[in-house]
Amino acid sequence: MKIEVKNLTKYFGKFVALDNINLEIIEGELLALLGPSGSGKTTLLRMIAGLETVDDTDKGEILFNNIDVSKKDIGDRDIGFVFQHYALFKHMTVFENIAFGLRVKPKKERLSNEQINKKVTKLLELIQLDGFANRFPWQLSGGQRQRVALARALAVQPKVLLLDEPFGALDAKVRADLRRWLKELQEELGITTVLVTHDQEEALEVADRIVVISKGKIEQIGTPEEVFHNPANEFVINFLGNVNLFHGREEDGRLDIDSSLENEDNNSKFLIRPHELEIVSVNNKDAILQAKIRYIQLAGSQVKIELTHLENETRTVLVEISHYEFREKNIQKGDIVGIRPRALRTFENGAGI
Amino acid sequence: MKTRSNSQTSLDESKAVQYLLITTAVLFLGIMLVVPLITIFVEAFRKGAEAYFTSFNDEYVLQAIKLTFITAAIAVPLNLVFGVCASWAIAKYSFFGKSFLITLIDLPFAVSPVISGFVYILLFGAQGWFGSWLIENDVQIIFAVPGIVLATIFVTFPFVARELIPLMQEQGNDEEQAALLLGANGFQTFWKVTLPNIKWGLLYGVILCNARAMGEFGAVSVVSGHIQGVTNTMPLQVEILYNEYNFVAAFAVSTLLAILALLTLVLKYILEWKVARELKKLKNEE
Repeated sequence: MKIEVKNLTKYFGKFVALDNINLEIIEGELLALLGPSGSGKTTLLRMIAGLETVDDTDKGEILFNNIDVSKKDIGDRDIGFVFQHYALFKHMTVFENIAFGLRVKPKKERLSNEQINKKVTKLLELIQLDGFANRFPWQLSGGQRQRVALARALAVQPKVLLLDEPFGALDAKVRADLRRWLKELQEELGITTVLVTHDQEEALEVADRIVVISKGKIEQIGTPEEVFHNPANEFVINFLGNVNLFHGREEDGRLDIDSSLENEDNNSKFLIRPHELEIVSVNNKDAILQAKIRYIQLAGSQVKIELTHLENETRTVLVEISHYEFREKNIQKGDIVGIRPRALRTFENGAGI
Repeated sequence: MKTRSNSQTSLDESKAVQYLLITTAVLFLGIMLVVPLITIFVEAFRKGAEAYFTSFNDEYVLQAIKLTFITAAIAVPLNLVFGVCASWAIAKYSFFGKSFLITLIDLPFAVSPVISGFVYILLFGAQGWFGSWLIENDVQIIFAVPGIVLATIFVTFPFVARELIPLMQEQGNDEEQAALLLGANGFQTFWKVTLPNIKWGLLYGVILCNARAMGEFGAVSVVSGHIQGVTNTMPLQVEILYNEYNFVAAFAVSTLLAILALLTLVLKYILEWKVARELKKLKNEE
């Protein structure tokens, strides 16, 4: 199902939770709403679900396949919703939880008990929890509960799946496994899915497109590659990973660092990601900066190196290089080295990477 | 009673102090609660079992028992409905004046029952605000059954709500939202999701409410008028029998109230345990 959000503004009292949001969700895609807490991403999701309404003081509309659903009942929206804290019915077994949506249907539409049995059994297989039918939610682990919540949402064959920080309450390993599994499942079912998260890694990994939200406004919409490599503004680049801030001037594709420009306008600001910096010898003519190595973190897929500016020890630079390069260059703590950007780009508003 | 552990830490009182405190508590409870309870049964059976049972073979006593049950049968269901509505509103929505409503629910606990009774006399009595209108329309509330029911409702209305509000606040409304999103209507959501989650707390509140409704003396005494066989509930009948020096009968009726109290305590104990278990499950889920 195609979903359109048009000129949506939502107030909570005097607080503007969403500020003129325009968004189109394409049939079959997995869209991530990414932003810090309090950015309005969950409000947007809950408004699509109908858990928050478009009140008289609010503006805009939400269209499902070109039909305005702003005033429609939540039960009639064909939505599967998964809550951060699962919201499983704790007095019901796993089986009854999944069957709930099928059992509350009006008599005319309701499946027979036999058909319900069959369907729930199939869903239990899908979420790899066959044999857990008679357990209660409190007897399951967090990851298992979230899979049950997903099966419960899928049982009524929704046209859209909305996930509110679905992995937020799980530990790192389970989270990584579960989001890969979710991505595969979503591709297999081809169901339009909207996922809310504050974890950029999660969004970059599973989403077809990412909507970066901050303070109720959309900062950028794009594929994971686009938002990561071509961030639209300073907020996006900051939010999507570590970044180094330099002040200086660009001349002939070369960056001149000048600490005296620190308090000046935006045109002197440059933002460069740690992996886009290179460590070179101290008198390399392409180096933009001389620095001293303060700390080396070897654990991880990349070597993280923290350096301090030579002229100003309070300012730090973060560089990430491969283990191979690290060994090759024989870098030691305390070394004084040069730093060179691998590429230099600028964008319109002045901040450059 | 279980003490914290066998090993003494510097924070524990000395053994002597411990024993002193425990002995004081047990003695106090014994003298103030257990001895009177035993006295009721001893006095009731002082002239033998036959005398005890013939006490109930009295029209006025039977009428009093009946009226007590009728009053409870009206007051408890009404307070059940009110209690569920109020706690639902307080726990699941936020609205202007919410904390005031919570305070208001506690009012009957703060006001002396006698005062509550007088309020109804001031409202509905012959000299009261609505008195002349009621007389004109031939409706009698004070010194009649409606007054007794009203006073009982007033005195007992915090019990159910007080029990449910914390339970519902703890549970939040995620489960209800999930049910609605799965296509359940309001009634299905309440019946299949909300009610099972609050059932033990609700039952607990109802039992306390019932115990108070049947045992209420002060408020009912003011509005009843003490007409034997018409407006006397069990506690009022006990008073009358006692004042008539009919001790066996007075204590015999008292035994019914005492048995009710003991039953309530047993049920309360069981339900408290059930409610605690529900809350523990909830904690485990997070």
